[in-house]
Amino acid sequence: MINRLLAYIVKHVDRQLFTLVALLLCVGLVTLFSAAGGGDDGFIRVRGQLANIAVAFGVMWIAANVPLHYLNRMALPLYVFGLILLVLVDIFGTISNGAQRWLSVGFTKFQPSELMKIALPLMLAWYFDRYEAILRLRNFAVGAILVLVPVLLIAKQPDLGTALLVSAAGFYVLFLAGLSWKILVGLGLAGSASLPFLWSMMHDYQRQRVLTLLDPSQDPLGAGYHTIQSTIALGSGGFMGKGWLNGTQAHLDFLPERTTDFIFAVYAEEFGLIGNVVLIVLFMLVIGRGLVIAANAPTLFTRLLAGAVTLTFFTYAFVNMGMVSGILPVVGVPLPLISYGGTSLVTILFGIGLLMSIHTHRRLVQT
Amino acid sequence: MNRTVELRDHQRELYYFQLRLAIVGGGVLFTFFVLFVRFFYVQVIQHEYYHTLAEQNRIFVVPVVPNRGLILDRNGVVLAHNFAAYTLEITTTQVRDVPALINQLSTLVEITPKDRKRFAKLLEEGHDFASIPIRTRLNDEEVARFAVNRYRFPGVEINARLFRHYPNGEIASHVVGYIGRISDGDVEQLRKDGLAANYSASDYIGKVGLEQRYEKQLRGVTGYEHVETDANGRSVRTLRSILPVSGNNLLLALDARLQQVAEQAFGDRRGSLVAIEPKTGGVLALVSKPGFDPNLFVEGIDPQNWDALNNSPDHPLNNRALQGVYPPGSTFKPFMALAGLETGKRKPTFTISDPGYFVLGGGGGHVYRDWKAGGHGMVDLHKAVVQSCDTYFYGLAQDLGIDAIHQFIGQFGLGQKTGIDIDGEVAGLLPSQDWKQRRFQQKWFVGDTISVGIGQGYNLTTPLQLAQATAILANDGHVFRPHVVRHIQDSQTDSLTTIEPQPIAEIPLKDENVRRVRDAMVDVTKPGGTAAWAGLNTKYLFAGKTGTAQVIGMKGQKYDEDRIHERHRDHALFIAYAPADDPKIALAILVENGGHGGSTAAPIARQVVDFYLLGKEPPPPKPAAVKEEQEND
Repeated sequence: MINRLLAYIVKHVDRQLFTLVALLLCVGLVTLFSAAGGGDDGFIRVRGQLANIAVAFGVMWIAANVPLHYLNRMALPLYVFGLILLVLVDIFGTISNGAQRWLSVGFTKFQPSELMKIALPLMLAWYFDRYEAILRLRNFAVGAILVLVPVLLIAKQPDLGTALLVSAAGFYVLFLAGLSWKILVGLGLAGSASLPFLWSMMHDYQRQRVLTLLDPSQDPLGAGYHTIQSTIALGSGGFMGKGWLNGTQAHLDFLPERTTDFIFAVYAEEFGLIGNVVLIVLFMLVIGRGLVIAANAPTLFTRLLAGAVTLTFFTYAFVNMGMVSGILPVVGVPLPLISYGGTSLVTILFGIGLLMSIHTHRRLVQT
Repeated sequence: MNRTVELRDHQRELYYFQLRLAIVGGGVLFTFFVLFVRFFYVQVIQHEYYHTLAEQNRIFVVPVVPNRGLILDRNGVVLAHNFAAYTLEITTTQVRDVPALINQLSTLVEITPKDRKRFAKLLEEGHDFASIPIRTRLNDEEVARFAVNRYRFPGVEINARLFRHYPNGEIASHVVGYIGRISDGDVEQLRKDGLAANYSASDYIGKVGLEQRYEKQLRGVTGYEHVETDANGRSVRTLRSILPVSGNNLLLALDARLQQVAEQAFGDRRGSLVAIEPKTGGVLALVSKPGFDPNLFVEGIDPQNWDALNNSPDHPLNNRALQGVYPPGSTFKPFMALAGLETGKRKPTFTISDPGYFVLGGGGGHVYRDWKAGGHGMVDLHKAVVQSCDTYFYGLAQDLGIDAIHQFIGQFGLGQKTGIDIDGEVAGLLPSQDWKQRRFQQKWFVGDTISVGIGQGYNLTTPLQLAQATAILANDGHVFRPHVVRHIQDSQTDSLTTIEPQPIAEIPLKDENVRRVRDAMVDVTKPGGTAAWAGLNTKYLFAGKTGTAQVIGMKGQKYDEDRIHERHRDHALFIAYAPADDPKIALAILVENGGHGGSTAAPIARQVVDFYLLGKEPPPPKPAAVKEEQEND
């Protein structure tokens, strides 16, 4: 009986992905304990994150068990629902830190832009899948619009980091769907040409972040502070790291947001270059597994979806580590599976769940 | 057909998709490699640099100012100590508009115009020190009020600081001196001496008196705390501390009670008194009146008080004991007498008939008058000292000649620095032929010698030199360097380093000659002597000599005290030692514009010696009105 229940539970859970995810979550909990200051504070944070993990695992399991044709059908409604929520946020959202990102839903707050990270690739994959045989420029134009609408809504909140991730997710679908190189190059050129225009559209704090990226020392106590302090944490960690709970940058409050977006600095300070390599390898294994799943996916829809979800995960990891180590501007992107926070964890494990579903349901589709 | 096309399309789609996936996969590998390179660069190649930054981030080296040593008198009375108080300090480099800030602060904490002026003065002096106090000695309520509002005032801090305090105020102010804020000149000197590090984060240094002379002893060694701080600069914990070493205590030879008695005996008069223990050279009292309150200088003196002290016609900041030069007048005579006996120019039995003046033979018949019109009659050496007969010493001076006078009396230290352990001493002048040649390119005239014989002419001595000469005389020619500090007490071990009284010279004197001069000096304070009134009913042998030093030349007019402006009156002098048969105290007193030594200076000596030898308290100071009346007598 129990065996059958277990078999039922693990039926659609990909062991490799699950193992890697679990390892990363453990690394996250260990780092979180230290980042929160250890002791009672550490335990409180870890307990909170464990609750987040429990919820996210639930979401992952459900996603893993959703048959692919349901996913197919969910695409359009989810996308529309996401758009509506984004509009609602614009009207009713809670303002915090000068940005309107949160929507209160009774017991909890919720960031609709997170939903878009899944809903947009889902929608695009569904759209391209419908026109599988005859993908034309027109289809890509529609795809571009499908990307731009939510991205602009999110950028307006303003939430540059999420807008970047969402547009990246959308772009990956367009790219994997076979967007021609000519258009890619053209877009690249157009993008460069529109930089001044983008600059004029940016909020002051966004411009500041870009400027600070170019020269963090320009404003060491202001906008450059995050980058300088996190780079110091990284560099002072050295090859071997200072050891767990021994990171001075973190424990002496020099690192801001050290349990969330900057948790990687704590990790890198305490575990050094060796720890970083381990982390990079773990991330690459997750991404590699995701790409394998995408390569073996049965339909264009699932292929695009699996590819986009995997690459979004990659983008999270790369942007976050790049920002902490000072080669990318500071945008609010958490380190997937490591940073503290429920919303992003749920989104990421939902994506992982989708990958599992695509992998474990593929034979059902083929036959 | 249709199926194959579809199948081929499907395969091609898959092929293209997988190709793109491979490209993306390559991209992923590449970007992670870029990250790795970045990590390697920051964590391995640049590790040292960031390691240092992280250490600096968290560890601040905070200097800890040592406790300054105490200054105690010979009986343990505290003359200088420290107390802790809160100060409100502004780091002006962190503040844009300092006046506006001070105005804002004044709504929380009382800031007087005096405080503002002092702040402006300190700011103007422009030390390279971090913070300048705007208010000192905040009370608890003010500290609390500021603490609540602290966030409004970046660059303003409350610091607990140690303050120097001189509990006796003016008493012995010229001996103890004071500390003051370190000036640019001080900084330069400290750098030259390689001591600047020991003064990091401290604002004060000894400026005058013992505080200055014994700065190195009193100062101690600055300690350091390595404090781990968070990003806001709040200290989290102390990692390592090197404790400061407190400065050593100075235990003086000076007797604060005696000093007080002496200062009170002066009343409102200006002048100086130096009392020395003849057998050790220990300075028992060193008075320079008027004094000043050294506490005014501790927190940086405000301009108003500074001007008052600096511009006063009484020059309270001058240490008259060391820096005031006066003709010794008749206090020179015992030394002249001894010179006459020692050189054999005078026998004790040698007697002159004094007509009240002296005529210099061969010098154009110039007449030198005795202070007593009509003269003293038959005068031998004893009577010459007791009655202070000028005529006798005019003749003696001529017989000795200036170089013999210079040579003999020079042994007693007149006209030279005594080497006391307080800075700023001046040499004074004991004239000689050489000196006049060097100074004026002029020949010495015999006439010059005559006035030198009674302590006038070119003669200039400090009260300290007179006291020292008296102590040497009292000590049968054994010379000790006068010193104020008797022991230095190590702050760590409490062990005492005694500044051994070392005889620095020995004047070969015949006992009988010394005794003769002493007997004469004892008779000075007896009926018939010039200080008879002051020596009335002493319970000990009181050896003394009065003196009067001219302030302005009278050019043959009769000196009439009542008619002369107070500041032009003669200075009154008195030297003494007691008990004459076993001297325990030797002293010199100078009362500026005090008139006759016997009437103003000698009574002060009597009070001081009575107190020192007998513990006799001086009479309470007379009310001002009564004193006024007396002066008009």
